[in-house]
Amino acid sequence: MTLERSAPSRRATLGLLAGAPLAACGRAEVRGELKLWAMGREGEVVQSLIPAFQTANPGTTVRVQQLPWSAAHEKLLTAFAGDDLPDLGQVGNTWIPELAAIGAIAPLDARIRASSVVAPTAYFPGVWATNEVGGRQFGIPWYVDTRLLFYRKDILAEAGYAEPPVTWGAWLASMRAIKAKVGPSRYAILLPINEPEPLLALGVQQGEPLITAEGYGNFRSAGFKRALGFYRELFASGLAPAATSSQIANVWSEFARGLFAFYITGPWNIGEFKRRLPPGLAGRWTTAPLPGPNGPGASLAGGSSLAIFSRARDKDAAWRLIEHLSTPESQSRFEALTGDLPPRRDAWTTGTLAGDPYVKAFREQLERLTPAPKIPEWERIVADVTVVGEQLARGVVTVDEAAAELDRRADATLEKRRWMIGRGRAA
Amino acid sequence: MTARALGTSTAGWLFVAPAVSVIGVFFAVPVFLALALSFTDFDIYALASLKNLRFVGLGNYLLLLRTPLFWRALGNTLYFVIVGVPLSVGASLGAALLLNAKAARWKPVFRTAMFAPVVTSLVAVAVIWRYLLHAKYGLINYALSGIGVRPIDWLGDPHWAMPAIILFAVWKNFGYNMVILLAGLQTIPEDLYEAARIDGASTFQQLRHVTMPSLGPVILLVTILTMAGYFQLFAEPYVMTQGGPLQSTVSVLYFMYEQGFKFWNLGVASAVAFMLFLLMFAITMAQLLLSRRQGVA
Repeated sequence: MTLERSAPSRRATLGLLAGAPLAACGRAEVRGELKLWAMGREGEVVQSLIPAFQTANPGTTVRVQQLPWSAAHEKLLTAFAGDDLPDLGQVGNTWIPELAAIGAIAPLDARIRASSVVAPTAYFPGVWATNEVGGRQFGIPWYVDTRLLFYRKDILAEAGYAEPPVTWGAWLASMRAIKAKVGPSRYAILLPINEPEPLLALGVQQGEPLITAEGYGNFRSAGFKRALGFYRELFASGLAPAATSSQIANVWSEFARGLFAFYITGPWNIGEFKRRLPPGLAGRWTTAPLPGPNGPGASLAGGSSLAIFSRARDKDAAWRLIEHLSTPESQSRFEALTGDLPPRRDAWTTGTLAGDPYVKAFREQLERLTPAPKIPEWERIVADVTVVGEQLARGVVTVDEAAAELDRRADATLEKRRWMIGRGRAA
Repeated sequence: MTARALGTSTAGWLFVAPAVSVIGVFFAVPVFLALALSFTDFDIYALASLKNLRFVGLGNYLLLLRTPLFWRALGNTLYFVIVGVPLSVGASLGAALLLNAKAARWKPVFRTAMFAPVVTSLVAVAVIWRYLLHAKYGLINYALSGIGVRPIDWLGDPHWAMPAIILFAVWKNFGYNMVILLAGLQTIPEDLYEAARIDGASTFQQLRHVTMPSLGPVILLVTILTMAGYFQLFAEPYVMTQGGPLQSTVSVLYFMYEQGFKFWNLGVASAVAFMLFLLMFAITMAQLLLSRRQGVA
């Protein structure tokens, strides 16, 4: 054998060796198969809504893959980088701007216009708006999530208040009255200082944008400073303990013991409270919409949407599945199985939701939702709000310092976005 | 042409080619790409289109030097290394000496028990440690209350979270070094101790003048390995505290993970990786030089 002849064959062997794994990585495409990614409990429950879809669409089989919530966001981004996204999926609605910016999800406007099931006016406007980026709709709300007040009716009544507060002034007064009643070892409200949501909810009530259209932080606005001031006051005057959620071992037993009277949390806790609170406490707690600076206030629009990924093979079938999951009947059934609140008004008039006293406050709150700023960098800014909010609660910084620090951090984070805006590339 | 005509160097290259290509594909190329990545601002926008990628030179490195959280992470990591490594090696040495003592009984049982934490899953034991460290119901605070110490909020107090992580890491890792040190102890000839005893050396003097010098190179190796491992602190804060409270347990690697996989700032994350590499390289070199000057290695 000569060297001249062996060289190319060696190269060919190496080429084969290098090529073989690539070929094995190729996607195994099955005709008529629709891949759906869904997270946690939703991923489990959605399976029971699939058979009805398959009877109506005999040519299509749906494969549901469950992702854990904690890894879902990373998984979506890495799958996009590796061109391995499914046809459609559940997407946290704060991720929509990011996925739209990288072109991972497809706009749905034409399909919505032609649809008899998905009508924008049927949805609560605040949550519908979370799916809109740059004038285009990228997702259909699947369930909605927001935070409001859970409170102890008996403690509030002992402090002299028959009705829950509606304004910040009344809220503060009732908390001071509770604190005066319960003494130094108990508190009026629980706001775990490692959770940014309550502070952000107070912030969006002001009606001023948190991020400007030019890509700068707007945390030094008079409105957000008012929210920071209110938040700091709760800790400074001992109405709220400066504790993280891991320090409150068991929030349900502490609520039952009366460690705090108010708690800002989401709809999943209705079920948890019913299940975990001692029977004697039934009827002594309920929910109320979030108070605002001068009247009923807004809260953040959270939850998940259904979106079609740009590289989906059969977008028509994917859309049919979204429509199937969006009918009022599917939504009611989904609510019954998960406790997730439906984002459409007509799913609230029937079933268990219509008569449940605990969800009444949520129904009211859903009409007053504000989306978080719709920029890909939002999660990073939330991380900064968490850090600065914790410093504010611990009294390490003043309101002015906190606002300036938030703007400084946001401006640094948004540098690339401003560059993109300058070139007309940012949505 | 016969095989003899092949130059010896060609034949040599042929033999090492598989290994070299594996090292090239799985080590050299990724490291080079990561270095290149650290000079760009690769982020979520660049993931969308490479047109949005900017070459920033040393910008990421300069940005890191101006980022308070990076310094915080570096400080936390150094705290962990400076306190954790001596404690860890000390615990390993103590355990190895105890196991090597002539009076010790049930040696295999103790050896297995002390090595067990190394082979158990970190996530599983972290769950148990979270219970042990719990401020109200934890066993550690219960034991401390027995000697009159007020309850410590181990994972909730910014001052105590890192000591708790160190305690956990030392417990988790000391068994590994213990086995290496034990092997080193068993190679020390018995006649050295005999000679020392005849010269009237006490047990402590034997330890100081016979055991320690003979064990020098092993201790150096163990210290370097432990340090390299401890600089890469990640899993413990990831499962126990998620970097909190007040970022007191954010390590360099945890910071890198957040930048890279949570926020997709791969440019910055790569720069962090190279900064950490340079730091570890410098410290290991300094340590080697120091011990060479003292004649240990």
